[in-house]
Amino acid sequence: MTELRDLYQQLILDHNQHPRNFGVLEGADLMARGNNPLCGDQLDLYVALEDDSIKDIRFEGSGCAIFKSSTSIMTTVVKGKTRGEALEIFERFHRLATTGEVDSAEMVKLAALASVYKYPVRVKCALLAWRTLETALQEQGEIVSTE
Amino acid sequence: MTQAAVDATESLLDVERLRADFPALAQTVNGRPLVYLDNAATTQKPISVIEAVSRFYREDNANVHRAIYELGERATRAYEGARGKVADLIGAPERSIVFTSGTTESINLVAYAWGRHNLGPGDEIVITAMEHHSNLVPWQLAARDTGATLRHIPLTDDNLLDLEAARTVIGERTKMVALVHKSNVFGVVNPVAEITALAREVGALVLLDAAQSAPHFRVDVQELDCDFLAFSGHKMLGPTGVGVLYGKPELLEAMEPFLGGGEMISSVNLTESTWNEIPWKFEAGTPKIAQAIGLGAAIDYLEEVGIDRVTAYLGQLSDHARQVLSAVPGVTLFTPAVGSAVFLFNLEGIHPHDLAQLLDQEGIAVRAGHHCAQPAMAHLGVAATARASFYIYNTFEEIDRLAEGLNQARRFMSG
Ligand SMILES: Cc1ncc(COP(=O)(O)O)c(C=O)c1O
Repeated sequence: MTELRDLYQQLILDHNQHPRNFGVLEGADLMARGNNPLCGDQLDLYVALEDDSIKDIRFEGSGCAIFKSSTSIMTTVVKGKTRGEALEIFERFHRLATTGEVDSAEMVKLAALASVYKYPVRVKCALLAWRTLETALQEQGEIVSTE
Repeated sequence: MTQAAVDATESLLDVERLRADFPALAQTVNGRPLVYLDNAATTQKPISVIEAVSRFYREDNANVHRAIYELGERATRAYEGARGKVADLIGAPERSIVFTSGTTESINLVAYAWGRHNLGPGDEIVITAMEHHSNLVPWQLAARDTGATLRHIPLTDDNLLDLEAARTVIGERTKMVALVHKSNVFGVVNPVAEITALAREVGALVLLDAAQSAPHFRVDVQELDCDFLAFSGHKMLGPTGVGVLYGKPELLEAMEPFLGGGEMISSVNLTESTWNEIPWKFEAGTPKIAQAIGLGAAIDYLEEVGIDRVTAYLGQLSDHARQVLSAVPGVTLFTPAVGSAVFLFNLEGIHPHDLAQLLDQEGIAVRAGHHCAQPAMAHLGVAATARASFYIYNTFEEIDRLAEGLNQARRFMSG
């Protein structure tokens, strides 16, 4: 199993066991729900805005370690960012998760997920949180499905 | 493994010799010998089945029933011969055996050809809370289209059918009771005799989903006295793309056709047609010729091994699995004590998808997810589970490797 350490890095296991920003956010301005119907991953994402910035972000949900850690890391990365900045990070993360390319030093935490591209069926686990965030920020508030 | 287990295995099945018949088993995955434990989804195929399909295409390929030449006659003989083997397997007359693409199509056939003409507002269809989606969704659609009501028999806390509740769910309005014979999630055989007796009291028909039972033990439709029985070839060593619907001849005679087209007609003019005799009335178009012949070869293989020995060996594997899986710290087993060959479980703190990925790295193939039975997952209160399911070529050592894999996964995920 040790060969899988590239996918399940220490940081991933840590966020899986101790997810950051976990729980309901009272008084959220935006909320979106995401799911992966085929594997049953489920996510409720809450965002509080101040002007155009993400003042606070929290999540609840259940799913695999890749999903949970990716969501947890995302909340730590986008907190304090403007909507535009957050969406721009998503674009770069999307490239990272599908090609393994880490294009800047800012991406250090997210780089823990850089091996996901080698496991195509797991890419959707890593992307669900970001797709759901995108929906929340665009204030569509619909159910996001990555299938 | 205990010595007793070894001896019992040897007396029952020569598994090592039998494994040599399955080319797909002799491979490594991620550098480890493959341990294939997803047999409830589909089984591997013995050489005799692969050869039967390939020989048909190499030597006898022609369309059936229509050709007046040697090849066509050979193809027809082989195809109808396969029907005879299915008929013998389940103790039914040949005319009651319809070849379909699988369990799913067999059930849809009944839900359309019988359901759409015999159900209406006020009528009730009864299923159970442990159905595969293929014995649930077709009835939801039939209920929607006819105004009938779909009801279900709930499960007990032990994940068994609640027979007490069945007595109240099945009632005067019930027209059809459709249930899974052996569950693909819990590995339990349902008390179909009791359920059938309840259905008979109110004059309802009974359909059995035998997708998991037909591969595991002898299923005899006379003994079961069911009206319809559905199963798939690919879960019992046969090819994909072929399955069976058994129906009592008088019911099949009375039913409207399902699909229209060639083969299923008797005479056709531009405004109307009359139907062929059963079973061909339900086999529109060019049938699954090679696949049915492959299924015939699979039945030959199982009969040669001995279906009762298949059952006994799966029982032994299951006893061993229950013992070693229960000994793994953090394992929750959802399969009741009476279940066999299908083990549903979770490992504390590890999502089943991560678990399946970690086991795959060790060459072990298990399934993770909802197993096409979301209501059953809802009953357990979980979104997903892991499932290991066995067949005749699995060994005690493979089950030990699974247990070892679970222990490794626990250590791996705790960092
Ligand atoms: C109990 C049960 N019913 C029905 C099916 C559906 O079979 P198929 O996909 O071959 O139509 C399955 C297969 O997973 C099953 O296990």
